[in-house]
Amino acid sequence: MTLLDIRNLNLAMKSYEGETQILHGIDLKIERGEIWGMVGETGSGKSLTGLSVSRLVPSPPGRYVAGSIKFRGKDVLQATDREMRGLRGRHIGMIFQDPTTNLNPAFRIGTQLVDVALHAGHADPSVLGLNPGASRGDLKKAARRAAVEMLEKVGIAKAAERIHDYPHQFSGGMRQRALIAMAMIGKPDLLIADEPTTALDVSVQAQILRLIHDLVTERNIGVLLITHNLGVVAQICSHVAVMYRGRILEAGKVDDVLKRPSHSYTQALLHSVPTAHTKRGELKGLNGLMPETAA
Amino acid sequence: MLLYILRRLVLLLPVLLGLTLLLFIVARILPGDPVGLAAGPNATPELIAQMKRELGLDQPLPVQYWDYLTGLVSGDWGMSVFTRRPVFADIVEYLPATIELVFASLFIAVVIGIPLGLLTAVYKNGALDYATRTVALGGIAMPRFFLGLLLQMAFAAWLDVLPLSGRYPLIESPPDHVTGLYTIDAVIAGDWYAFQIALSHLALPAIAMALSPLATIMRMMRASTIEVLQQDYVMTERALGLSNRLILFKYVLKNAMTSTLTVIGLYVSWLLGGTVLVETVFDWPGLGLYATQAILTQDFMPVIGVTLIIAIIYLVTMLVVDLLYGVFNPKVRYA
Ligand SMILES: Nc1ncnc2c1ncn2[C@@H]1O[C@H](COP(=O)(O)OP(=O)(O)O)[C@@H](O)[C@H]1O
Ligand SMILES: [Mg+2]
Repeated sequence: MTLLDIRNLNLAMKSYEGETQILHGIDLKIERGEIWGMVGETGSGKSLTGLSVSRLVPSPPGRYVAGSIKFRGKDVLQATDREMRGLRGRHIGMIFQDPTTNLNPAFRIGTQLVDVALHAGHADPSVLGLNPGASRGDLKKAARRAAVEMLEKVGIAKAAERIHDYPHQFSGGMRQRALIAMAMIGKPDLLIADEPTTALDVSVQAQILRLIHDLVTERNIGVLLITHNLGVVAQICSHVAVMYRGRILEAGKVDDVLKRPSHSYTQALLHSVPTAHTKRGELKGLNGLMPETAA
Repeated sequence: MLLYILRRLVLLLPVLLGLTLLLFIVARILPGDPVGLAAGPNATPELIAQMKRELGLDQPLPVQYWDYLTGLVSGDWGMSVFTRRPVFADIVEYLPATIELVFASLFIAVVIGIPLGLLTAVYKNGALDYATRTVALGGIAMPRFFLGLLLQMAFAAWLDVLPLSGRYPLIESPPDHVTGLYTIDAVIAGDWYAFQIALSHLALPAIAMALSPLATIMRMMRASTIEVLQQDYVMTERALGLSNRLILFKYVLKNAMTSTLTVIGLYVSWLLGGTVLVETVFDWPGLGLYATQAILTQDFMPVIGVTLIIAIIYLVTMLVVDLLYGVFNPKVRYA
């Protein structure tokens, strides 16, 4: 069964001026083990596509005009709120852009990790290595153990101590590691990462990408990695979808799309990426291609 | 942390010193003849002079102030001309009633205001939001003593379910004195009957004082909750499947509390000041009633004493509030 199968997704957004169609018939299939990069300029609808998978687009203003998003065969757009909550954190993990604002400043890193672990463990105790019908106390103990292990796994030294830290005691890179740990602690089948390195120092971006790559490869899960950096796609993705103004212009294996871009927009996008061989002044802009929906 | 508390306490001293001086000067400048009033219309000049000597009122002002100050520290807060008792003893007697009233109203305001603020933020512009908004507007606008009178009319005179005034029936003896707060003392004594009696007397004045802080706390909580709900981390918590209840009552609540805490702290002094009128309306034997009586008889030592004790309570409350900030916001460091 296909892990994620988005078909003809049409999303409209209400605003004061009326309803604007944002996503125009998105089709996207992600299988386990595939790392999909989604590229496109700001406002092209990448984030809303990612949020739609967990049905996190607020409605109103959002309204799904047509289409379906089948996750493991079940349409999330038709699911009950209860079913959705069962998917979130347990089957679908999410990471967002800014690690400083995505961790709750008033709670210890460990508290936040443990609560997600408990949520996933309640739905399925095997996530925490327990048998079905495990007691509350067992779940709590296992969740605490899992939190330390997960924090270690994302590369936080002395995790057993750092778990008691508050977010402001972590550096930017460490915070994103903690958020990756939160997204992965429920052992999801699909990870959606929305520009997970954009807000980070250039020096730690590569480490974080490598971490995500290693974790998802080890667990053989599906990934939707939203980015506007084609260099990132070339390095860690197996597949890529190019978005433009709420449409997917082309999609396929990274090697095919990046080596033989069929669409002029993708070509232009490729030319705008600086490489080691790019000479000064050679970078091409994307003039006249700003999406009309962008603010 | 302990060092921080100590330093803050030391810093309170000059504030208190300035306050005592100010109070002392104001009290002496005020026109009026408390001794003459206390001695009665038929008192001889000799008697008045003797009373003045006894009370130290024949000394030069700086000496009087110095005597007052050294007395304060040793628990001698002067004599009340009216009650003919040491002011300190009077305050010790009246303070628990006021504390009980103030904390009961604060308790009502916090315990109802905070959840209502959270819920009206979540169900913004819903029926509950509109209803509470209307009541809140009235609650903030209406004077406490007037609300007290309305409550007396409704629950004591008309429905006859709660006592009109007073703190405890005169013919019965209150629970054994431990804290001086009758409701608490009744619980400590395990006396359910006394607790009911004490609570029934406490209810109306506490509600009269609670409505305005309740409304403000609720509106404050609503505003900060709306702001917190828009934060990125709430989206992350939702995206990772945490229940709405957990998100709201654990993760959002603690963040939204920070700004509400300031309001709660300010309301402690507002409530203390407000006891003067409400205690008069409800004949509640607390500091407010004591101060009113003192003002009416131009008995200035009790007035100074009450003002001082209220100032001390206020300053300590502010210190507690500052410490609580650290509980709700781990970024606060005590230095
Ligand atoms: N809450 C919203 N209400 C109305 N329009 C929105 C809302 N969120 C996003 N949009 C619009 O939808 C479009 C796509 O947004 P988004 O998915 O965030 O783009 P991307 O992630 O590719 O930068 C943008 O043009 C944006 O203006
Ligand atoms: Mg985006």
